Amino acid sequence: MQPFTRHTGIAVPLIKDDINTDQIAPVQSMRQLKPDYRALLFTRARRRDDGSEDPDFVLNKPQFKEPGILVTGHNFGAGSSREAAVWGMLANNIRVIVARSFADIYRENCLQNGLLPIVLAMPEAAAFEQRVVAVNGAAPFTVDLESQRITGPAGTDIAFDLPAADRMRLLEGLDDIGLTLKHADEIVNWERRIAADQPWLQTAADSRS
Amino acid sequence: MPTTLFDKIWDAHLVARRADGRDLVYIDRHVLHELHAPHAFEQLEKQNRPVRRPDLTFSMQDHTVATKPGRDDGTNPSGTAFLKAMREGSRRNGIRLFDIDDPEQGISHVVAPELGMVLPGATHAVPDSHASTVGGLGALAFGCGTTELAHILATQVMALRRPKRMLIRLEGRLGPYVTAKDVALRIIAELGVAGARGHVVEYAGDAVRAMPIESRMTLCNLNIEMGGRSGFVAPDDSTLSWIAGRPFAPQGPMWDRALAHWRMLKSDDGAVFDREHVLDCSGLEPQITWGTDPSQVLGISGRVPDPSAVDPSRRAATESALAYMGLAPGTTLAGLPVDRVFIGSCTNSRLPDLQAAADVVRGRQVAAGVLAMVVPGSTSVKRAAEAAGLDRVFRDAGFFWGESGCSMCAGGNGDRGEPGERCVSTTNRNFEHRQGAKVRTHLVSPATAAASALAGHIADVRHVMPRPA
Repeated sequence: MQPFTRHTGIAVPLIKDDINTDQIAPVQSMRQLKPDYRALLFTRARRRDDGSEDPDFVLNKPQFKEPGILVTGHNFGAGSSREAAVWGMLANNIRVIVARSFADIYRENCLQNGLLPIVLAMPEAAAFEQRVVAVNGAAPFTVDLESQRITGPAGTDIAFDLPAADRMRLLEGLDDIGLTLKHADEIVNWERRIAADQPWLQTAADSRS
Repeated sequence: MPTTLFDKIWDAHLVARRADGRDLVYIDRHVLHELHAPHAFEQLEKQNRPVRRPDLTFSMQDHTVATKPGRDDGTNPSGTAFLKAMREGSRRNGIRLFDIDDPEQGISHVVAPELGMVLPGATHAVPDSHASTVGGLGALAFGCGTTELAHILATQVMALRRPKRMLIRLEGRLGPYVTAKDVALRIIAELGVAGARGHVVEYAGDAVRAMPIESRMTLCNLNIEMGGRSGFVAPDDSTLSWIAGRPFAPQGPMWDRALAHWRMLKSDDGAVFDREHVLDCSGLEPQITWGTDPSQVLGISGRVPDPSAVDPSRRAATESALAYMGLAPGTTLAGLPVDRVFIGSCTNSRLPDLQAAADVVRGRQVAAGVLAMVVPGSTSVKRAAEAAGLDRVFRDAGFFWGESGCSMCAGGNGDRGEPGERCVSTTNRNFEHRQGAKVRTHLVSPATAAASALAGHIADVRHVMPRPA
């Protein structure tokens, strides 16, 4: 996984609650094993009924065409567990999402891909949203995970908090499987113990064959 | 100290604590599907990592399969590559695949329980948000993304932060034609779409105990629609007799040992939950969603809200939902014309679901102009339904009777509605465009869906049917 230390980019305000993964990455846009992840991000919201680009959708506005940070509301990423909803962000160089809150599975998918999910507490969250709206893409913000600060135009630095464990994983770009396999012996021991105590858990054989 | 069943299962599966503070939780059964597994197989192969326990892993073809009779890989052209990649990946990794033409093919959340792959007190993972469907049998199930899926394949554990505990007690008795689906929708309406975020929910109470296993699965299936990390019902005698004799369940002396263990699986008296919620189900009427998220729910006789009368924080969302759904404030849903009816999905496609719908349909006709379809949750369900003559009931009434799969729930197989259509559906998400561009989805129970198909408009099944004796 690509480590995350700091990221500078245009902050895009998409201030809405409950944006779900069907909106972020519709299943109809995943018709190939390897779709164009850059194009599938919010693909429905990007287009009008006649197929032309909707100039009112925030990511279509000239100042947000090269986004870096997404700023949004509560429960971001609800719904399906599809990871394309994170891959679409990365394909658009969005490596930070600042939300009021995240859906659990979506947040996990972010951490697996080096996408930094930041939750700001009130009143900082509302203040930051207003600031991003006011800045309107005129200048980029920088998110630094080492110092856990957001810096940018039109205001003072904003501190954010990430659980130490998640922070370490992102900063070091740790290989998640590698981290777990350091416990390979314990996995084997667990399997041995359970095979004795609850043997039905360690076998899933078809009794008909 | 009194302990919750969730904590007991978690602790029994705790392998180690990782350096980053996450718990490594062993996954007893891992069920994959073709929309996401091919990418995980590729990730692992790039890393030269083998699948650790192919014998505890199963592959299903469900999301992209066509439902048309006589289907094959090419019937849904956009699914072909997924089906092939799943087939090849499963073969390379020694994982048993329930392929498109397997007599036991179907939706992962339907097939795994019916074949006995899901056991009480076991952990279960699926790269799908509706994984906790199998919580109906007392299993602790987690949905996950693709990279986590690869992690489980390589290690057989998940690296998780311990969730909080929530108890939802369902009291009272359900009235006629009021089902687990209606109860689940009411819970989501009360708690909101993020109401259970970060929590594992244990469903308890008299109304749950009275539910057949398939209904408990419907209840647990919808747990994710309020953001729950997982949801389950502690096993009881109905659970154990439901599992007995299923092919992948333990047999003989091992069954007896397992049974003794499963009988102990419950939360201790006095165990503390982080949150508790009680719903009295007596007097609940059939429920239906009116908006574009599963918490926007009404009783079937209710009127959609007036944005000017709702909490200001909900006003914009209410306005936008009404606009998408083509509804004026204050409209009564019952009576609204319906274009399409879908009965199926991991929420409501098991045999009792189809029976409940068939009981309403029997001897009647789908209203002119309504496209109605039934898609069984598995090929086994389909066979059992046909043996009971349900397919005739549906087909004689004018329903399409399809091959098993996820179908119109997410439309990954090409089954979807046309723009502007109003679709009454037994699925789990009424999100905008989910069942097709601009399709207006109302989530309901199978009985309400059937009644609406016959009436040609959203209907209260209790008015269509005589009161049971």
